[in-house]
Amino acid sequence: MSAFRSLSRAMVLGLLRDRTAVFFMLIFPLMFLALFGALFQDSGVPRSSVVQIGNVAVLDDMPEEQRAALGDALEVTRSGDRARAIEQVSDGDVDAVVWEEDGRVQLRYSAADAARAGTVQGLMQSIVQSANVEATGQEPAFTLTTDRVEDRSVKAIQFLTPGLLGWAVAMGASFMSAFTLVNWRKRRILRRLWLAPIKPSTVISARIGVSLALAFVQVAIFLAIATIPFYGLQLTGSWWLSIPLVACGTLAFMSIGLLIGAWANSDEAANGALQVVIMPMAFLSGSFFPTDEMPGWLNAISTVLPLKHLNEAMMDVLSRGESWGAALPVMGALLLFAAVVTAIAARLFRWDTA
Amino acid sequence: MDGVTFEVERGEFYGILGPNGAGKTTTLEIVEGLREPDEGTALLLGEPSWPRKPELLRRIGVQLQASAFFEKLTAREQIHTFAALYGVSADRADAMLETVGLTEKKDVRDDKLSGGQAQRLSIACALVHDPELVFLDEPTTGLDPQARRNLWDLLRGINSTGRTVVLTTHYMDEAELLCDRVAIMDAGRILRVGPPADLVRELGVDTLEDVFLQLTGREYRE
Repeated sequence: MSAFRSLSRAMVLGLLRDRTAVFFMLIFPLMFLALFGALFQDSGVPRSSVVQIGNVAVLDDMPEEQRAALGDALEVTRSGDRARAIEQVSDGDVDAVVWEEDGRVQLRYSAADAARAGTVQGLMQSIVQSANVEATGQEPAFTLTTDRVEDRSVKAIQFLTPGLLGWAVAMGASFMSAFTLVNWRKRRILRRLWLAPIKPSTVISARIGVSLALAFVQVAIFLAIATIPFYGLQLTGSWWLSIPLVACGTLAFMSIGLLIGAWANSDEAANGALQVVIMPMAFLSGSFFPTDEMPGWLNAISTVLPLKHLNEAMMDVLSRGESWGAALPVMGALLLFAAVVTAIAARLFRWDTA
Repeated sequence: MDGVTFEVERGEFYGILGPNGAGKTTTLEIVEGLREPDEGTALLLGEPSWPRKPELLRRIGVQLQASAFFEKLTAREQIHTFAALYGVSADRADAMLETVGLTEKKDVRDDKLSGGQAQRLSIACALVHDPELVFLDEPTTGLDPQARRNLWDLLRGINSTGRTVVLTTHYMDEAELLCDRVAIMDAGRILRVGPPADLVRELGVDTLEDVFLQLTGREYRE
């Protein structure tokens, strides 16, 4: 076996046998994806729920096509108990209760949530109006024609997948390179490798190779889970550009790990410093929730964070249908970041724990 | 370190003795090429050890003071990894494991090995590529008498096949028994060099330990 392969193997085995590391780098971010993906599945406007008491002609005689069209917006359930239904409205369990009394359609709603009250009133109004037009037997004077435009607003899963994946890659790459440096220094493997007839580039490329492999595994698992119908991520044309993007991101985050590993004397110190750097970076970079409403000064800070740019470029290529134009500048910037931070780490490098 | 000069002959078993903080490890590190000397040169098999030369490193074996093992790997995986770094076959690595009596422990991870087993594995990793010259930094520190004796046999065996062994130690009985010549160091200087028996005779004492104490004093060290 070559030196490169045997060092890579030693690193992979060391990682896979460290259950805590496997949990935090592979399982933990996936738990977030599974959980957030399920929680925010219906983050659009909720359907109006209406309880119908007895017969209501405008609802019962509604043409089938109109009923289907309304299905996305209105959910009608039947009940015989008006008092209880009104109580449900007061409690906010349903939006409104409807019944017919002497040819009048009666609607009772709660004003607690103005938006939902407005929606359910508008819906019922339109149903009654179109029934009225129908009743005159004349063609309506005005008609409304609708068609949907391409959806530019982002569904939760399309935002969560690139963001959480970026965070997972950032954690994996930075923790692994920091811990390798700290442990190998502490265990004197660095010295031992210096005294073996191998090139430093062999050691470095084995470390980079293993980190890249882990990052690609993370991408594969994330996309496999996010695209199952339950979560429903729609990949756009140039989604494969996420692979070179993640590769450049891995190098950038490895350089952060190298810097912290060069500074830290122990696992604990490295772990603490990484948490302090990676978690706020993930929040400010929109890995967990959109940062559109962040105050301007926080936004200004976040523009220097590599994860912010990786997340945005990943979202562009994964779910917004963008291509090289979005990915290339970010890849360049990530590589530049990696080069600068690695150069600083090299200056701080020490052979022995002070 | 201040003007340390010494020479080790081919095939010799050489001991560097000194109290804690005497500069033994630093001396070894300069000779091995881990550190650049501020002044002077260290010649290793006739060539300067600094800057680093992979061809030279192929001919020496090194055991560092603390066992340098990869995390979470078994004894067999450790020595196979080191064997691969030197381009040595896996069979040869397994044979080396047998030589140090660790075949039964081959699937035990480094942190589950006893102190003696870890030292033996560490020495096996240093010897896996059959080096001409071996450096061992306090190889018997922390071992029980059985493990020490077994290790002595192993080291004698290595030396008897014509290889040069340089070791540092605190144990005078060990040095007296194993070494052809010893250098006694303190405070970064070499105080005396010679075969243990000659030093004992020259200073008119009974053991190498007496020589050591006479030369380095009895104050506590760090």
